[in-house]
Amino acid sequence: MEDNGTNSFKMVPGRSAPPGAGAPAVDPADEKSAGTPLPPGMSNIELPEITDAGGVDVAELVRETRVFDVLDELDTELVGLAPVKTRIREIASLLIVDMMRRRAGLDSERPTLHMSFTGSPGTGKTTVALRMATVLHRLGYLAKGHLVAVTRDDLVGQYIGHTAPKTREVLKRAMGGVLFIDEAYYLYRQENERDYGQESIEILLQVMENQRQDIVVVLAGYKDRMETFFQSNPGMGSRIAHHIDFPDYTLDELMAIAKLMLQQQRYDLSPEAEQAFHELIEIRMTRPRFANARSVRNALERARLRQAGRLVSGGQGFLTKDDLMRIEAADIRKSSLFKADAEAAGTPASENAHTG
Amino acid sequence: MHITQGTFSYLPPLTDDQIRAQIQYSLDNGWAVSVEFTDDPHPRNFLWEMWGLPMFDMKDPAAILLEVNRCREAYPGRYVRVNAYDSRLHRQTTALSFIVQRPAEEPGFRLDRQESHDRSIRYTLHPYATERPEGERYPRG
Ligand SMILES: Nc1ncnc2c1ncn2[C@@H]1O[C@H](COP(=O)(O)OP(=O)(O)O)[C@@H](O)[C@H]1O
Repeated sequence: MEDNGTNSFKMVPGRSAPPGAGAPAVDPADEKSAGTPLPPGMSNIELPEITDAGGVDVAELVRETRVFDVLDELDTELVGLAPVKTRIREIASLLIVDMMRRRAGLDSERPTLHMSFTGSPGTGKTTVALRMATVLHRLGYLAKGHLVAVTRDDLVGQYIGHTAPKTREVLKRAMGGVLFIDEAYYLYRQENERDYGQESIEILLQVMENQRQDIVVVLAGYKDRMETFFQSNPGMGSRIAHHIDFPDYTLDELMAIAKLMLQQQRYDLSPEAEQAFHELIEIRMTRPRFANARSVRNALERARLRQAGRLVSGGQGFLTKDDLMRIEAADIRKSSLFKADAEAAGTPASENAHTG
Repeated sequence: MHITQGTFSYLPPLTDDQIRAQIQYSLDNGWAVSVEFTDDPHPRNFLWEMWGLPMFDMKDPAAILLEVNRCREAYPGRYVRVNAYDSRLHRQTTALSFIVQRPAEEPGFRLDRQESHDRSIRYTLHPYATERPEGERYPRG
């Protein structure tokens, strides 16, 4: 190939077509890699014939596919969310049974797997979608099992002819995995029927229908808006197989989430700090744009910053391991939330609340 | 006349499953895959029209098959091929290129002989298809 000067050009395809450079065999059965074409909805798991006389050991199937490992992880990783976890387990079981039923010749169609996750921000929708992708991959419903998270801006263009390529680009990147569309209802603008979002919806619908074996779409957002969206886009609503609602967390759950996050990051709250954090979250819950677990994560982030400030410029000499881990009440009470709250209530700020 | 070119020119046309497997192989190697089409069958015509840009960061062959099928739909009567480009330093060339669609009827070529000096003869291939203007060379466009 030296003779056509290929050293100098970058990504310009199609300059040459060297013979004999391809995969060693054309027979797809020889391809060991994960992409061996599976009949729609069948997995890489080889199930034996299922008849009246002989069946399959479900327990072993579950062990082999390691689906429930993912769900166990989900259990320890996410506080609360009991109804969500139950639904995910049910769906996983359904998919296992579907897989066996197809092998037994009872079903032929691969089930529709598109889902809608409704709930406020920070209630764990993305996290669960990520796990769902792994479950679907382990069961062979998705070739790769990765997650591509997007919003309207990633799908809809600015001018005529811009939207379709944009949406298709995102769909292509998500092939083999889950496409997670956050606040999906923004795709539809009722007041403007020439909005480019409509074009994006149509392409999505087409792929959701025709390439069900290649991609699973999860639509996420607030419950009421999502319902309105499905009402005005019945095509979308009818293609969603599972609706899962993520409830807001209680104050206790938010505290448990905070502790879990701290534990993961190897930090520690002093008892007074814990009390302060409890109060902080209580105030934060009443404020606009409260985002459940995400607000907790952010509040902890800021506490870490203040702790670092205190440790570095606080005039302390030696720092022990304990000092490095411990977050004190002062690190939390300096939050502007306390100040604003005290002002709002018309009471003088507590002495710790001076932010300067 | 059944025209062949590229990596699997010695094989019968690939089925969609085989195409999928080859694309998977390309993605596994980290090659960027692109789709091209033409209605000029001359073997020395290596610059075909690009069907969109080369595709990077794709995980699943379904993504490329989507474009292959869109191209087939738009140009049911033309040649369509898939290229995989290996951008690694020291290679930087097309690693794989194969035809995934061809016109239903391929009229073939005529061999022209041109008398030259000293009784020598120059040969050239004349594709019958190119007697008609671009876009009208094959039935079904
Ligand atoms: N129940 C929970 N337990 C622990 N952490 C959680 C929980 N729910 C959410 N989080 C954390 O909160 C953050 C936001 O969650 P995310 O899944 O992005 O929410 P959403 O997609 O609903 O906005 C993530 O960092 C996630 O790990």
